[in-house]
Amino acid sequence: MYEHLETAENRDTLKRVVVDPVSRVEGHGKVTLLLDENNKVQQARLHIVEFRGFERFIQGRPYWELPVLVQRLCGICPVSHHLAAAKAIDQLVGVDPENLPVSADKLRRLLHFGQVLQSHALHFFHLSSPDLLFGFESDIGKRNIIAVLQDFPDIGLQGVKLRKYGQEVIRMVSGKRIHGTGAIAGGMNKHLSKEERDTLLADIDQILEWSAASVALIKKVHCANLPYYDDFATIRSNYLGLVKPDGALELYHGGIRAKTAAGETITDHFDYCNYNDLIHEEVRSWTYMKFPYLLSQGKEDGWYRVGPLARVNNCDFINTPLAEAARVEFKAHSPEAMVHSTLAFHWARLIEVLHCAESIKELLHDADLLVGELVAQGEKRYEGIGVIEAPRGTLFHHYQVDDNDIVTKANLIVSTTSNNQAMNESVRQVAAEYLSGRELTEPLLNNLEVAIRAYDPCLSCATHAVGKMPLQLELRDVDGVLIDKLIKHDTGDIERV
Amino acid sequence: MTKTITLDGKTIPFTDGQTIMQAATAAGEYIPHLCHHPEFTPHGSCKLCTVKVNGRNCSACTFPAAEGQDVINNSQELTDDRKKITQMLFVEGNHFCPSCEKTGNCQLQAVAYYLNMLDDHFPLFYPHREMDASHPDVLIDHNRCIFCTLCVRASREQDGKDVFGIVGRGINKNLAVNSASGKLKDTDLDKNDKAAHICPTGAILIKRTGYQVPIGQRIYDHHEINEVTLLSENHHGE
Repeated sequence: MYEHLETAENRDTLKRVVVDPVSRVEGHGKVTLLLDENNKVQQARLHIVEFRGFERFIQGRPYWELPVLVQRLCGICPVSHHLAAAKAIDQLVGVDPENLPVSADKLRRLLHFGQVLQSHALHFFHLSSPDLLFGFESDIGKRNIIAVLQDFPDIGLQGVKLRKYGQEVIRMVSGKRIHGTGAIAGGMNKHLSKEERDTLLADIDQILEWSAASVALIKKVHCANLPYYDDFATIRSNYLGLVKPDGALELYHGGIRAKTAAGETITDHFDYCNYNDLIHEEVRSWTYMKFPYLLSQGKEDGWYRVGPLARVNNCDFINTPLAEAARVEFKAHSPEAMVHSTLAFHWARLIEVLHCAESIKELLHDADLLVGELVAQGEKRYEGIGVIEAPRGTLFHHYQVDDNDIVTKANLIVSTTSNNQAMNESVRQVAAEYLSGRELTEPLLNNLEVAIRAYDPCLSCATHAVGKMPLQLELRDVDGVLIDKLIKHDTGDIERV
Repeated sequence: MTKTITLDGKTIPFTDGQTIMQAATAAGEYIPHLCHHPEFTPHGSCKLCTVKVNGRNCSACTFPAAEGQDVINNSQELTDDRKKITQMLFVEGNHFCPSCEKTGNCQLQAVAYYLNMLDDHFPLFYPHREMDASHPDVLIDHNRCIFCTLCVRASREQDGKDVFGIVGRGINKNLAVNSASGKLKDTDLDKNDKAAHICPTGAILIKRTGYQVPIGQRIYDHHEINEVTLLSENHHGE
């Protein structure tokens, strides 16, 4: 809808405004606006300016390092990378998800619920709540978690403690709050001890209460600001995510479901091992982040959104009662089959927090966490694909190994990458509808960041490709005269012009 | 009559033929080391066990204990030197502890913690070193080799083989294997050999076993290397 704002004509004559860095997101990105003489926005882009290269440097390493090595992509959702890689290397040792020992499967699920709980709590309370509680254009001095703790101490503290609980779950299952071990090829390396289980059980009812309160809070904030919250940064998109066989919300393992903006099914229960038949990625010259799209829908219309909004939109129901009741209310607030409001990401995210809290409570009463077989083993394979619903959306890990157990090829499609086109569309929508023609000020520019922040992007995770990025190198003399110019195309070909 | 030396002012006994390292260990005194192992001929190459004997620097693992020696082990000067040596070992290789499967069980890492090494200090070399994953059960990651020669000695002295050797000099030194192809798969190394289990770092590893020991149950998770070493070296062979 706002594609025309991706690339302006006569760019040299336009005024440039840069938001750099985009704050209160994971990783480094910037937004550039090109304005004409009447301050009308002619171009708006979200650029991802950091560069990682994980896909390349894990080549040549032994496969059993992958869950521990690739989780270093991120300090916020390392567990998601850890588990996606673990699911992939399960296949390398001949263990399919249905053959994973029951205890290992439940321990991984507990680990993942802890992860999603802490990551969502961090995002909502620490990063986004200042915008939502004080206003998008409020004083910059107010837009931080410290101000939230001062003005809304109960809410701020609950957020901090919710995150802490999720991290404690992670620590007890994987040994550390950040970058632990835990998942190994074919299973897990330890059970939960009875003491650990009892410690987590002691606080879970309080966590459930706070999680329910957070859903009530975001519903109140969202509905009190209608129709603004339903319009701001809102775009109509396809949605993609995993679901259980019965259509329920799923975070750890399931088939892929994709729906159109109208709620029509594009694909359902699609085996993620064939993801290459479903999704392709496009490279553009002005950002390090790729643009995935659904092959069947084509490059122009095939982009989609992932993450809490996609998952809660896509699923038929949630299998925990409080979260399901919240989902029903969430869907009912919109007259459409799918909720398209970008700010509704927050609402969906907190419904998932509630689902995680309920699921953790249920799991903690399961004796399989404490005893039972931990590791399975099968026939060696040469290719493994692991897909999981990370906090920010569907995460794909794909590896190939040789006879010596060494990784020869890796492909990662990280959640935030899937939201790349959508985030750019939202930025362009805000630029066109809320900023264009106005004198730009810092509070006004925060609107762009609010739009990006709703997606909870992890830019560090999403910029891992190497060797495919287009590059232009110019050599100029002291007077600025161009002496030489090299262009590396996205095919890898280098041209001198 | 018992013969004695003084170690940091404390009188400790020794028997003829013992090195300073052996006497100190038997007396419950830890001298930091990496290339020394009580089961194998001393090598004296890592220099971490450098002590002052009557004012002169000596390697405790090779220097015989003798009546009248006044040995300094714990001094700020020696700790600083040992820390520098450890920092040099780190920067000369590619030691990425956060993702290394030996982390928590690694003597190099444990010594660094013991010496309170908080940074690399020296510029990292980032040397280009290959891995040899050709053997079905054992992997060599040359990035982590510190040339302690424990695998060389274990193979010769205990396994009765001659699988490993150090070739080249200075900065070009590297760990080589005894096969025409230069690949580990073409040697007679077996995964049960002592040489396959002796590496103090993560340079020689048994394949497909990484990360199986949970955090909290690894060797150095709860005890520093001085405690672990004194316990194991005073009870080896029992």
